[in-house]
Amino acid sequence: MADIALEMIELGAVFFGMGLLGRLAGRIGLSPIPLYLIGGLFFGHGGLVPLTGIEDFTHLAGEVGVVLLLLLLGLEYSAAELMTGLKRSWTAGLLDIVLNAAPGAAVALLLGWGPIGAVVMAGVTYISSSGIIAKVLGDLGRLGNRETPVVLSILVFEDLVMALYLPILTALLIGVTLLGGLSAVGISVGVLVVVLVVALRYGRYVSAVVDSPDREVFLLKVLGAALLVAGFASAMQVSAAVGAFLLGIAISGSTAVNATKMLEPLRDLFAAVFFVVFGLNTDPASIPPVLGWAVLLAVVTTLTKIATGWWAARRQGIGKLGRARAGAALVARGEFSIVIAGLAVGYAAVPDELAALATTYVLLMAVMGPVAARVVEPIARRFAARRTAATPLPSAGS
Amino acid sequence: MNVEVTPLPGIGIRKDFAIRSGRRLGVVTHRDGQIELIISKPDDPDACMAELPLTPEEAAALANLLGAPQLVAQLREEHKNLPGVHTRQIPVVPDSPFDGRTLGDTALRSRTGVSVVAVMRAGHVHPSPTPDFTLTGGDLMVTVGTSEGLDDAVKILKLG
Repeated sequence: MADIALEMIELGAVFFGMGLLGRLAGRIGLSPIPLYLIGGLFFGHGGLVPLTGIEDFTHLAGEVGVVLLLLLLGLEYSAAELMTGLKRSWTAGLLDIVLNAAPGAAVALLLGWGPIGAVVMAGVTYISSSGIIAKVLGDLGRLGNRETPVVLSILVFEDLVMALYLPILTALLIGVTLLGGLSAVGISVGVLVVVLVVALRYGRYVSAVVDSPDREVFLLKVLGAALLVAGFASAMQVSAAVGAFLLGIAISGSTAVNATKMLEPLRDLFAAVFFVVFGLNTDPASIPPVLGWAVLLAVVTTLTKIATGWWAARRQGIGKLGRARAGAALVARGEFSIVIAGLAVGYAAVPDELAALATTYVLLMAVMGPVAARVVEPIARRFAARRTAATPLPSAGS
Repeated sequence: MNVEVTPLPGIGIRKDFAIRSGRRLGVVTHRDGQIELIISKPDDPDACMAELPLTPEEAAALANLLGAPQLVAQLREEHKNLPGVHTRQIPVVPDSPFDGRTLGDTALRSRTGVSVVAVMRAGHVHPSPTPDFTLTGGDLMVTVGTSEGLDDAVKILKLG
C-alpha cells in the first residue's frame, strides 16, 4: 500500500509541476515543450530527485503520448489536403530535406556517431514543429496572409516524409539487413498509398466505424482503434506512430473534427508526460559537452529553414516581407524532433550523447522559433527601409 | 468577381478577392466553423491588417448590412415612377415579439397594407416569403408600401 501512496504522490507532483510550467509558458508566450523538457531534466536520471516506481507507467504513458500526437496530426489533415499539399510543394519540400537534414547528419558524422546516428540527427533537424507553428501563425494573426498556405503545405510535406522516415528509422535501429530495410520501406510506402486511396474514396466508412453519437463510446472507440492500429503497426515493425498518423488521415469530415476536440486534452496530458520522460531519461551532466554543437546546429538550421521558406514563397510570387515571414515561421522545431530522438535512444546503435544533443537543440529551437516569427517583420522592414534610403528606387514614390 | 479559394491544411479555407483599390478582402473559415474577416495591409498585400473573429450571428448581421441596401436601391429604382410607393428595410430585432413567429402572425398586410417582398437572412435573400415563413431575430425585411403604412409596420414589428 505504501508503494501506491508514494507513486501517487510522485505522479501528482509531476503533473502539478507540469501544470505550473505550462502556465508559466503561457504567461511568457512560449511553447510549453521546452519547459517540460527542463522539468524532466531537473528530476530523474542524474537530476536532483530521482523518481522511483513510476517508470513503467510514465514510459507507457509517454508512448501513448506519441501515438496521440501523431493521431491528431493525421486528423488535422484530410487526404485531399495532403494530395494538394504534395502537388504544390514537392520542390520546396525536397529543398527543405536537403538543406535541413544535412546539417544534423553532418554534425552526427563529425562526432563519430556513425551512419545511423546521422540518420537520426538528420530527422531531428529536418522536421519543423507544426504544433508550435500553427499556434504562432494564429496568435500573430497571419492565417489570412498569402504566404501562410506556402508554410502550411511545407509542413504537410514534412509530415508525409515523416510517415516514410519513421519506418525506415525503426528498421535501421533494430539492425535489419538491407533487404529487411527495403521491405520495411516497401511495406510503409504500400500502406501509405493504400490508406490515402481508402481515405480519398471510402473515408466515410472508416469514420462510420469509429463514430458514435455518445461521447463516451466515441472516445473509447477512437482511442481503442488508435492503440490497436499503433500496436499492430509496431508488431509489423512499421512504427506505432505512423500507424496512428495513417488512421488519423483515414478518419475524415465531422468525425475528425469531433475526435480532435475530444482527444486534444488527452493528447496534451500524455504528450506532456512523453516530453517529461524524455527529459527524465537525459542526464543533465551530458549537456555541457554538446552545448557548442547544439548552438552551432541551431544557428545553421535557423538560416537553412529561413532559406527554404524564402525560396518556396518566392516561387508563389510573394513579396520580400512575406518571404521573410514564411522563412522565419518555419524555424521552430519541437515535438517531432523529440519523437524521433525518443525512438532512437535506448538502442545500442545510438550513443547516449544523442539524447542530450537533441534535447538541447529542441530547447533552443522551440524558444527561438516563435521569437524568430515575431521579430522577423520589424527587422525585415528596417532592413528594407535602409536599402531604399540608400538607393531610392524611381517607383518608390508612387 | 474573382473569388480565390485557398485551402489551409489543418486550419480551414481562405476565400478572398481583390477590391478595386488593390487590397484583398475575404474570410478565413476554420474547420470548426469559426469565421474570421480578413483585410490586407495597404503597404504589403501579402499580409493582413486585421483578422477579426466573428460569431455566426455577427457574420450574418454583417452580410445583411452589406447585401440589403443593394436590394432596396434596386426596388426603389423600379418603383420610382409610381408616386407614393416606398421601399424600406425593417429589421426584426432579437427581442421583437415576432422573433420565432411566422410572417402571417404579424398580419402586416391587413393592418398596414405593407407587402414584404423579401427577407434577408445571413446575406441570403428569401424572396416573396409566404405567411408560414418563420422570422428570427436579426432578419431584415424588405418592404413596400405607403410611407404611413411603413411607419406603422416598424412599430408593429418592434412592439407587437
